[in-house]
Amino acid sequence: MLGLNRKDLTLMMIVAAMTLLAPIILNPFPSDSAMAQFNAGYPDLMQRFVIFGIFAIGFNILFGLTGYLSFGHAAFLGVGSYSAVWMFKLLSMNVIPAIVLAVIISGLFALVIGYISLRRSGIYFSILTLAFAQMSFNLAYSVLTPITNGETGLQLALDDPRVLDGGSSGGSLPVTQLFGLEMRATTQLEIGAWSFDFNVGYYLCAAIMLAVFYLAIRIFRSPFGIMLRAVKSNQQRMNYTGLNSRPYTLAAFVISGMYAGLAGGLMASMDPLAGAERMQWTASGEVVLMTILGGAGTLIGPVLGAGFIKYFENIFSKINDNVLHSWFAVMPDGIEDFLVTIVHPFVGKGWHLTLGLMFMAVVIFLPGGLVEGGQRIGRFVTGRRNKKAGGAEAEAARKQPAE
Amino acid sequence: MGILEVKGVNKRFGGLQALGDVNLSVAENTCHAIIGPNGAGKSTLLNCLVGKLIPDSGSVMFDGQSVLGRKPYEINQMGISRVFQTPEIFADLSVLENVMIPCFAKRDGAFRMHAVESVESEAGIREEALAMLEDVNMADKKGMLGSSLSRGDKRRLEMAMCLVQRPKLLLLDEPTAGMARADTNNTIELLNTIRDKRNITMCIIEHDMNVVFSLAERITVLAQGTPLVEDTPDNIKGHPKVREAYLGEAQV
Ligand SMILES: Nc1ncnc2c1ncn2[C@@H]1O[C@H](COP(=O)(O)OP(=O)(O)O)[C@@H](O)[C@H]1O
Ligand SMILES: [Mg+2]
Repeated sequence: MLGLNRKDLTLMMIVAAMTLLAPIILNPFPSDSAMAQFNAGYPDLMQRFVIFGIFAIGFNILFGLTGYLSFGHAAFLGVGSYSAVWMFKLLSMNVIPAIVLAVIISGLFALVIGYISLRRSGIYFSILTLAFAQMSFNLAYSVLTPITNGETGLQLALDDPRVLDGGSSGGSLPVTQLFGLEMRATTQLEIGAWSFDFNVGYYLCAAIMLAVFYLAIRIFRSPFGIMLRAVKSNQQRMNYTGLNSRPYTLAAFVISGMYAGLAGGLMASMDPLAGAERMQWTASGEVVLMTILGGAGTLIGPVLGAGFIKYFENIFSKINDNVLHSWFAVMPDGIEDFLVTIVHPFVGKGWHLTLGLMFMAVVIFLPGGLVEGGQRIGRFVTGRRNKKAGGAEAEAARKQPAE
Repeated sequence: MGILEVKGVNKRFGGLQALGDVNLSVAENTCHAIIGPNGAGKSTLLNCLVGKLIPDSGSVMFDGQSVLGRKPYEINQMGISRVFQTPEIFADLSVLENVMIPCFAKRDGAFRMHAVESVESEAGIREEALAMLEDVNMADKKGMLGSSLSRGDKRRLEMAMCLVQRPKLLLLDEPTAGMARADTNNTIELLNTIRDKRNITMCIIEHDMNVVFSLAERITVLAQGTPLVEDTPDNIKGHPKVREAYLGEAQV
């Protein structure tokens, strides 16, 4: 079905189910319990999960398949955001033209940067992409102020033309919508002590993420995907086999740039502003971390990595000393203070420390990222079950290499 | 006039004259061996044929066209495939994928954006690759990763990758070096079968005289970058200059 084999179809179905049920899955704790801290099912965080998922899926097509490590992909994210906001200012608050323009402009931008950067490989390629992104960031901040509105960032204004919407809508700023359906519209569902938010913007982002995830699977399983893996494996052999590796890498670069632009366009569609900081090198580094943490070159890894990092950034960072004291309140005072002191550096503003340690642990012990961790657990479980059933045959079948 | 014509090729590496005025003519549908001691410039000569190196002077014509100044992938698309002295395969890909890649290159050219078709739907390419793997007795290893193969299997895989392209000219750089006796014999047999089945011109660099004498119709002896003699195997065997320069060290 869908042109996928059974394994990929199962993965696609699982991801689809998880994404569609995310408002429920991410809110497992009753809303007034102490654990409600860890609920992540509120609209803007869920939107960020899937948007960064898209960003990382695209990055993985370049880095995971070809091995070319771009350190400047945030530039495409930023270009996508600026393009989208301009569409909201000039044309219409409908998100469709904004998203389409974001993808096209970032694709063109990626074509230029990729064409130049791909003349080099390895560290030199990474440095070139980093240089381009920093250049874009600085330009957006200064020289290009008429387009980017510099430090303040590009925002909507009451007197924007918005040709299709028929100009200004009176006293308040209009909101982004899809044929009248407002992105911020949220339906709250209360079941007992639980409460779940179903948000239009989230579901739009989720549907788009599922579509581009499906596209990524198709690319991975296509002859083109094999060629990209060949680039990573042995470019010399590729060239002596009659294949020109340059257009393959450029195509991968442009595709991943368009994914980034799509993510940027969606970001602006959820919240119509765009700032230069979206293009900064830290943002480029973040998508590298997401991809490696989840598992570069795997299908689901980048999505997991993106979810993981965004969860930490938004949940761990909110745990302050008051919260810690309330957790450890049952302990005797001395021990309570002691525990709070121990945990303090790892939460709240210290969430970077926890994330950094986890990243190191993953890179050292699980070079294949979280996906490898999952596979090891899976193998451990099936290995035990087989032993119990005395299934030597099943064991042999598993050892038979997959085609 | 041969399918490959090398005329007056020179190549220097700094002070070292690696190739000095090399002339070579390889007739269509023959096997031409190049022998000579280590460092004679044999690999350098092949590098000049496939676009890895550009000669300082001289000309290299293949099939009536000059190969000089062309990129390696263009030269391959003209019909020259090369087996390297140290096996060059796609280590992170499966054996089957390794052989499918040259099939794609042959069918689709140097670049094609076939990004949404599934590999599984490419039945023709798959069958072609599988048949090739049968020919080199590696069909049972089709699912293994290139990196997990033995050295001998890597060489056989690389040969399969070149042969499946049905090149007009196959260049082999010491294809049996480091192989066990049995594997060497298999390789000779494989190359002879391929020659019987279809028209193919081969140019082989080899130290094993057994291999050379069972395959080659003509032999060029290279010493210090210059061809010493070129003749038939029988005449080369008895050639005094050759015995002195090269065969003296080897068991004939
Ligand atoms: N890329 C290179 N740079 C410098 N010297 C080289 C290079 N390639 C080969 N040589 C030198 O040229 C000579 C011929 O080498 P080669 O063609 O590999 O010999 P062989 O006949 O054993 O294949 C050797 O002395 C080698 O060291
Ligand atoms: Mg050599």
